[in-house]
Order: sequence, then structure tokens, then C-alpha cells
Amino acid sequence: MTETLKQTPLHARHVAAGARIVPFGGWDMPVQYAGIVEEHRAVRANSGVFDVSHMGEFWLEGPHVLEELNALLCNDPRRLVDGQALYSPMCNDRGGIVDDLLLYRFAADRFLLVVNASRREADLAWVKTHLARSSVRDASSEIALIAVQGPRAPEIVQSLTTAGLSTIGYYHFLPNAEVAGVRAIVSRTGYTGEDGFELYVDWNEAGKLWDALRGKEVPPAGLGARDTLRLEAGYLLYGNDMDESTSPIEAGLAWTVKLEDRTFVGSEVVRQHKERGVTRVLAGFALRERAIARHGAALLKDGAPAGVVTSGTFAPSIEKSVGLGYVPPALAAPGTLIAADVRGRSIEAEIVKLPFYRRTRRTKL
Amino acid sequence: MYPQDLKYSQEHEWAKLEDGLVRVGITKFAADKLSDIVYVELPKVGAELRFMQPFGVVESVKAASDLCAPISGTVVAVNEPLTQAPEGISADPHGAAWMIVVKPSALGELDQLMDASAYSKFIGEG
Repeated sequence: MTETLKQTPLHARHVAAGARIVPFGGWDMPVQYAGIVEEHRAVRANSGVFDVSHMGEFWLEGPHVLEELNALLCNDPRRLVDGQALYSPMCNDRGGIVDDLLLYRFAADRFLLVVNASRREADLAWVKTHLARSSVRDASSEIALIAVQGPRAPEIVQSLTTAGLSTIGYYHFLPNAEVAGVRAIVSRTGYTGEDGFELYVDWNEAGKLWDALRGKEVPPAGLGARDTLRLEAGYLLYGNDMDESTSPIEAGLAWTVKLEDRTFVGSEVVRQHKERGVTRVLAGFALRERAIARHGAALLKDGAPAGVVTSGTFAPSIEKSVGLGYVPPALAAPGTLIAADVRGRSIEAEIVKLPFYRRTRRTKL
Repeated sequence: MYPQDLKYSQEHEWAKLEDGLVRVGITKFAADKLSDIVYVELPKVGAELRFMQPFGVVESVKAASDLCAPISGTVVAVNEPLTQAPEGISADPHGAAWMIVVKPSALGELDQLMDASAYSKFIGEG
């Protein structure tokens, strides 16, 4: 049986640009155009544009929506003001992560939830269960998402709009701007560790915006570069670094968990993990060689299995092979020497502080 | 594109007979297909290779791939600089980016490999 893969509104443009297309989360997605490392470096040094239209979007509305979100999400949605976004895990009853998502507040009774493509159906069911008194509408097939990232991204997007982008702070957004003649939600967020914007537009208008950005000589970047960029920046990938069996505390997302004066789905277990500790935590490591320890590889201490790799790559910006993996807390301190089993060979590794890469330049706009 | 004096395997290695020794590398097709090569693991001088068995690994950002020996024999030279700068493979895969030199134990195995025109057809470029 062949699974029919969905295509984004930009699919034909990717094919024409010579992209290598791979299946990802039920979608035909461009993994690379010029090459992963070249695209990665372009985003770090200059800019790149990503088609991430496979992401899911749900509109949440009604007088009880804030109260119901507060009882569902690990992070506290009551902290948001209109025009602000929040990153949060969403847990199951056992404190395991159902998905990690972005919540945008348009009004006290109107929010947009942005979820991972591979989790859209599971998320929709879970959100509907817990937002029983609110309206939940899946708009994933109507909303395309284009990310423009890199130190030059702000000036490039600014050149296509009369809206003042300099007033948009990190994790804030304009709900209704016009970019290249296309109505867009302009969000100062990203998954690369660089400054930039994520532009939510009508499915049928995505091509127009994409062409305008390409016209500004922003090179396209694929999911391959997106993965190396996010890993360097210490961002987790759902399904690799966390899933329904890992809690936000184990995954190193304690900063997104607000337990004071509130309860949410899974909060009993999460509270226990936070107060009594956990048996494994996600940690970053750097290998002493350039070989890559990939998802599923064993981590070793003194030759014995001590953990498992969840993500691994060669990090172009620091020119080191790095990764994330679960290890006992006793082995998670930066500087701890462990090893990774790469194809039966034990390669020395050192636990390092996350993120692997942090941008130094502040872009002005 | 594919030099006439090389023989090619279905696993995308090339072999070149030079004064009774066989120089081995990967093809331009393989280098392009892998793209973003970041690591090469090669055998040591003295290692014994068996025809079409793995002798090393090429690792790109996306995946690791086995290198398969296009000839049986003993490794007599290894391109050490290549392991220090593996990103250079795609620049000259049929020349400077050779990987090992083998003293063959069954030279006739080369007859089982493809010539340049057969290999070009095999990868759909002929």
C-alpha cells in the first residue's frame, strides 16, 4: 500500500528549483536544494526561506478558551497579551508529551495553536477533548507557513511591507499585516537560532509571497538545514527528542512548565518529576571525532550502556559532531566524559551545555 | 564524466589498475547523491578486503553509507588527508579523493565490474 503524501502549495516551485523531495510526517517535503551545509551557512550568515506549510494550525475560540487552555498546557497561557506567542508542551494524563506547540493570542477569546504535522490528528482529538466548551477548528489546509530566518531576514521582510517590523519583539506578532501584497500573520519566531519571522498566509497566496522573497535573493532552505540549525540552537524535535513516554522535565523543558497555583493535564506526574527528580534527562554531547551518533545509538559510560541518542548531526557552525540524548542525571553535568556507540565503535564524547550554538550578533531593525 | 580507465561497481565505487595495484574511491554519482560528506572511516594499511564486502564508511549529514570493496586484497595505502577533510570528496571523487590502494589477490574480479559506459547507463546518465 502506498501512502498518498500531501503536498504544500509550493511543491511545484521546490521541484522546479531542483529540491530533493522526501516524505516527512505524511508530506512530500524539500529536504535540500543546494545542499544542507550550504543552506545552513546561508541562514547563519545571511538568510534563508523555508516552506513549513506542513505544520498544523487550529483556531480556538470562545469565552472559556483561556480557562480551558490553562487546564491543558504545561506553560501558562494567562501570561500572554494580545499579539504575543507562547511555546508549550502539551501532556497526556501520565505527564508524557503529546506534542510541543506554539500558542498565539489574538484576543482573550481567540487563539491560534500551531502543532507538528506528524501530530496534527492526535493533537486535534486531544485538544477537542479538553476544550469541550470552546470552538476548535482545524485550519491546517488553509494556512501556509513560510519562515524567513537569518541576520538579514528582518530587513528583507521589511522591504516587502509597510508594517513596522521593528516594534515586533521576540515571540510577538502582528495579526494582520500585508507582506508582498499578501495578508499575513507576521511572527517573530523561528526554529534556527537566528533572528527572523514566520509568516502565516492563505494557502493560495503562499506562492506569491515565496516568489517575492526569492526575488529578494533569499535562498531556499530545506528540512535538512532546518534540522541542523535547530539542533545547534538546542531546540528539540518531537518524535526524536521527546514523545508520549517522556515528560517535559526529563526533556529539559522545565522552563516551559508553570506549576505554581495551577494544575494542567499531566501536572501531577510533572510536579513529581520536578520535585523528586527523574532517572533520565536530555543532555547535549559533542563527539571527539567527526562520526555522527544518530537517533537510537547507545551512550556508554565506562563501556556499559548508560543512555540513548535522540538526535545527532555534524554541526556546521561549530564544526563538531554533536547530539542530544537521555542519560542519568549523574552523567548530565557539562564536562562529563561518556562515549557513543557508532556502528560498534566506542567514540569519546563530552557532555556540553546547551545550546551548542548561540548567535552573537544582534540584528537591528 | 566517467573516466574510461576506471571500472565501476553497482555500489558506486571505482577501481583503477595501476602497475598491478588497484586504487579505489567512490564515484561522482555517489558523492553527489550523499552530499555534505562530513566523515570518512577507512581501513588501516595491512587490512584484508573481500570482494563486495564493506571496508569503510562515508558519513553525510543525513546518513551513513558502507563502502564496498570492488576488489579483494590487502590495503597498501590509505588517503589519510581525505579523512581530515572529507568535505573535499565531491570536488574530485575520481582523482584526489581516492580512498585506498589495494594489492589485489584476485585481479579477475575487475572483470565483474562495469566499464564507464555501462556504469553511466546503470545510473541513468548514459
